[in-house]
Amino acid sequence: MTKQATRDAYGKALVALGAENKDIVVLDADLSKSTKTAEFAKNYPERFFNMGIAEANLMGTAAGLAAAGKIPFASTFAIFATGRAFEQIRNSIAYPKLNVKIAATHSGVSVGEDGGSHQAVEDIAIMRAMPNMTVLVPADGEETKQAIYAAAKYDGPVYIRMGRLGVPLLFDENYKFEIGKANVVREGEDCTIFANGLMVAEAMEAAKELEEEGIKVAVVNVASVKPLDRETIISYAKKTKAVVTAEEHNIIGGLGSAVAEVLSEEAPTPIVRIGIKDTFGESGRPLELLEKYGLTKEDVKAGVKAVIKKK
Amino acid sequence: MEILELKRMANQIRQNIITMLVPAKSGHPGGSLSAADILAVLYFQEMKIKPEDPQWADRDRFVLAKGHAAPVLYAALAEKGFFPKEELLGLRQTGRMLQGHPDMRKVPGVDMSTGSLGQGLSAANGMALAGKLDNKNYRVYALLGDGEMAEGQVWEAAMAAAHYKLDNVTAILDLNGLQIDGATENVMNIDPIDEKWRAFGWHVISVDGHDIEALLAAFAEAKSTKGKPTILIAHTIKGKGVSFMEDQADWHGSAPSAEQGEKALQELREEVASLD
Repeated sequence: MTKQATRDAYGKALVALGAENKDIVVLDADLSKSTKTAEFAKNYPERFFNMGIAEANLMGTAAGLAAAGKIPFASTFAIFATGRAFEQIRNSIAYPKLNVKIAATHSGVSVGEDGGSHQAVEDIAIMRAMPNMTVLVPADGEETKQAIYAAAKYDGPVYIRMGRLGVPLLFDENYKFEIGKANVVREGEDCTIFANGLMVAEAMEAAKELEEEGIKVAVVNVASVKPLDRETIISYAKKTKAVVTAEEHNIIGGLGSAVAEVLSEEAPTPIVRIGIKDTFGESGRPLELLEKYGLTKEDVKAGVKAVIKKK
Repeated sequence: MEILELKRMANQIRQNIITMLVPAKSGHPGGSLSAADILAVLYFQEMKIKPEDPQWADRDRFVLAKGHAAPVLYAALAEKGFFPKEELLGLRQTGRMLQGHPDMRKVPGVDMSTGSLGQGLSAANGMALAGKLDNKNYRVYALLGDGEMAEGQVWEAAMAAAHYKLDNVTAILDLNGLQIDGATENVMNIDPIDEKWRAFGWHVISVDGHDIEALLAAFAEAKSTKGKPTILIAHTIKGKGVSFMEDQADWHGSAPSAEQGEKALQELREEVASLD
């Protein structure tokens, strides 16, 4: 299967978007080769601002550009965007609801060799708890492209979480991403897997293999973590009466928490959350780390079987 | 405006600060009073703005990096006609427009939400970059506090403004020497502050922050300085204009009682009478 890192899709989408809309500007913090904003910089040097290794100022400057009518994409690694510059995002971007797109790459343990200091496992929780913030976690290249376009069109702060690792291309141009909408990518009656990011591919593989065992599983891609598509989540939970969530993030505060919050209030359903179990990552090859931290199709399959028993 | 009128306006701004802080029962008089002359010059002489069109795309922008001095900004905006002066009496009260720190989404004329120290200059730089991209000749002003100089982000922004040659940015440092916990030199010494800014690539002008004519000259010099941003190091007195508040750290963050407010207003009325 052809693979592409979501960061690569981001870099390409930015160049295309930059040609269409002159108000698109991009800021980076000395990581443009890694976040893939370098291609935009090459094409539109006057609209690219390297802020040096200074993430707080990067976010504040993006806020000022937005206040003066620009549509800034502020890029760095997820850990530095949401960690180092948390309060700049909170007070200079989200509080005044300024039109800044925080496009963060290198999320999760699939960062690999750089290790735990560089693997954001709590960024979604931080961004999701922030009023006015929209949080998007695309699953593949096509969805990333569409999420970037949707973010540019939407007036307000958006956090877009992307990865370093090449992931399978799941969707084509017939796929339709929309902020606030979940996408049902596979139907099934026995259980629903709500997944996002690189775990969507794992969930789809898991569902395929489970069908061979006679277990029919629906897969719902929840790329829009906030706003959350409550309607789809509730209806699939009610329909299948068992739920698994799968994400490359701490099980505290991310998609699993978001789904559990909705279901516990609206449609209590047996649930198993697949995610990083409240621990930091470490150095290693990405695929080995995903296995070690319980983020493979095998873990998803085990989760489905466990939750079905709870029915 | 004539010099004398600007002096009267600075006095009126000071009176407004006291008038709004008494019913608010909390807030920051010291650092608001120290900046009254600077805001009078900016809003009534220096800046191109249209109170009837607060979002005018070509307007000059002002960022109150030291957001706790919100009363001085509100006082100037109300005098300029951005909103009715009666609003001043609702400062810091539930459901009212004037927040404890400036909120651009609630108050006409506020160009940036601020309050968390260290963030304002970055936003001003962003506005200035946008202005250059759009070939607009608007200028961006940012008023910073001296206690705020301890924030690392100020220096990230200082470096970036010089790197991008933002000669459309003018920062003003309200150097009143005091912060909540006491004298700035005791809390965290910032000296030599002019040399620091110069070393970061800025054109530095030292000015008496209560001398209207000197401020006008400094802003003119900033405007004619090309290729680099300018900072006015404005030497001021915290609590300026109210004798019992002057140079007292305790007046950083507490509002005057009704009685103290009346005494302060009396002094300010006497001052304005003496101008004629």
